[in-house]
Amino acid sequence: MAEPKPRVKVPKKAAAGEVITIKTLISHPMESGQRKDKQGNLIPRQIINKFTCEFNGQVVFSCDMDPAVSANPYMEFSAKVNEPGTFKFTWVDDDGSVYETEKKITVE
Amino acid sequence: MANRTKRIATMFAAMMVGTSASLAGGPVDDKLVIDGELEINTRVPAPEGHPFDELISGWHYRTPETRDLEADSFQNPGMLYVERGEEIWNTVDGAAGKSCASCHEDAETFLKGLGASYPKWNEEAGKPFNIELQINQCREQNMQAEPYKFDADDQKALTTYIKHQSLGMPMHVDLSEGEMQDWWEKGKELYYTRTGQLNLACATCHENYNGNYIRADHLSQGNVNGFPTYRLKQSAMVSLHNRFRGCIRDTRAAFPPAFSDDLMALEVYVTWRGTGLDIETPAVRQ
Amino acid sequence: MSFTRRQVFGLTIGAAAFVAAGSRVSFAATDQTEEAIKAFTGGAEPKKGTVSLDTPEIAENGNTVPVGVSVDSPMTADNYVESVLILADGNPNPAVATFHFTAMSGAAEAKTRIRLAKTQNVIAVAKMNDGSSFIDSKEVKVTIGGCGG
Repeated sequence: MAEPKPRVKVPKKAAAGEVITIKTLISHPMESGQRKDKQGNLIPRQIINKFTCEFNGQVVFSCDMDPAVSANPYMEFSAKVNEPGTFKFTWVDDDGSVYETEKKITVE
Repeated sequence: MANRTKRIATMFAAMMVGTSASLAGGPVDDKLVIDGELEINTRVPAPEGHPFDELISGWHYRTPETRDLEADSFQNPGMLYVERGEEIWNTVDGAAGKSCASCHEDAETFLKGLGASYPKWNEEAGKPFNIELQINQCREQNMQAEPYKFDADDQKALTTYIKHQSLGMPMHVDLSEGEMQDWWEKGKELYYTRTGQLNLACATCHENYNGNYIRADHLSQGNVNGFPTYRLKQSAMVSLHNRFRGCIRDTRAAFPPAFSDDLMALEVYVTWRGTGLDIETPAVRQ
Repeated sequence: MSFTRRQVFGLTIGAAAFVAAGSRVSFAATDQTEEAIKAFTGGAEPKKGTVSLDTPEIAENGNTVPVGVSVDSPMTADNYVESVLILADGNPNPAVATFHFTAMSGAAEAKTRIRLAKTQNVIAVAKMNDGSSFIDSKEVKVTIGGCGG
């Protein structure tokens, strides 16, 4: 696959104080560091090790990941929405790369 | 020990006389509705001359968790490849400075149902073409780009994207074009020919023993309406010819190259065997 | 003594090739798991209850096993779940993931998909903001696929 691409599913709007469900998925092989190539050499570990979801600058949920998280890591969690704003999602790769995306939500 | 032998014998007898429906490895009674909106026809009456009465998608042979994964287009990891495929469709490549979209401007209309009608007779090549071969012909002739190597990531992603545009549309192969009927016959012969050290034909597992266990796994009818398929084992898309080669390898036979005449004939025949089943690409399997 | 599916299958299809590698290296991860739990709770023994794991009884393939966790908590500013540690005691390394919650999470729930090397226990340990901790554990049977698996 090309550059890891995040996908995020957030409702477009919520009632004030509503607890919503957020789903995220990112394309990434999550190379565990346990596998060997055809020549028998260990393939070096390269995983996404940290995921963070922020809302208007405050952390809502985060996750430290180990190599036992499946390829194309999926994360589903909740968030309580009291005001309109922007969710920011960040994935940090072992190689230092950071993948980000944002979603806005309105409150009625 | 004697008791154990007897129990094994009893179990053995039960398995031999059991019909597929009565065994735990058989298809489950469930409906595939994607995102609660699009119902997929996963059980359809077989076409005339088919050895089965009913055709059943491999989806019915999977656990609830795997079935749920396919029913949620957000959670389905295969959708990552659909999105990547759409990017490739719109990306210029090759000396002619074209993308797929340069010629096929209205992708939505052009691609709707297209993937469900392959493999198709290609007059110029004098053989059936699947989506992968069609992409490569376009790349070489119209884009002046290098053809994709078998199972290149971009080939799998673009094929997945194209097939996905026929999601929920019935698979149908037109045997009246060119020499398709001859290729169908050749494919049928291969389907029933035992091969390899284990002396297995496609039909051994997928016609005679579908609905039974193979080790801890369930044998399906071997339908191809979900390819390319996201396999949990590889955590990636698996192409149809990769799956063909894997099956043949497991019989301990030498396996033919992807897109060879043998495997193209097999694709024509096996696709026909699933006539009427809706396209599920990207299906999710174990 | 009872027969296994493998033996039954061996009789029905009679194909030695399908018999899985009989002896597998078993990982001595139990101590590692204990240590990981202690390190997470600060030495305290977590109590049963309050946290619950949702896992399939049988996983078709160990590469992608859905796992959900939820903790019974009001998730208010002064009474919330800080984090949940997920472990798999039969993996080469038991660590799987750690979820961190805040009062803004609204509910202490999360789902992900994980790798299990073989049939084993998945363990969830929840740590509350008052320092108390809770544990749940579920066995997941990981099947060895046929040709397709």
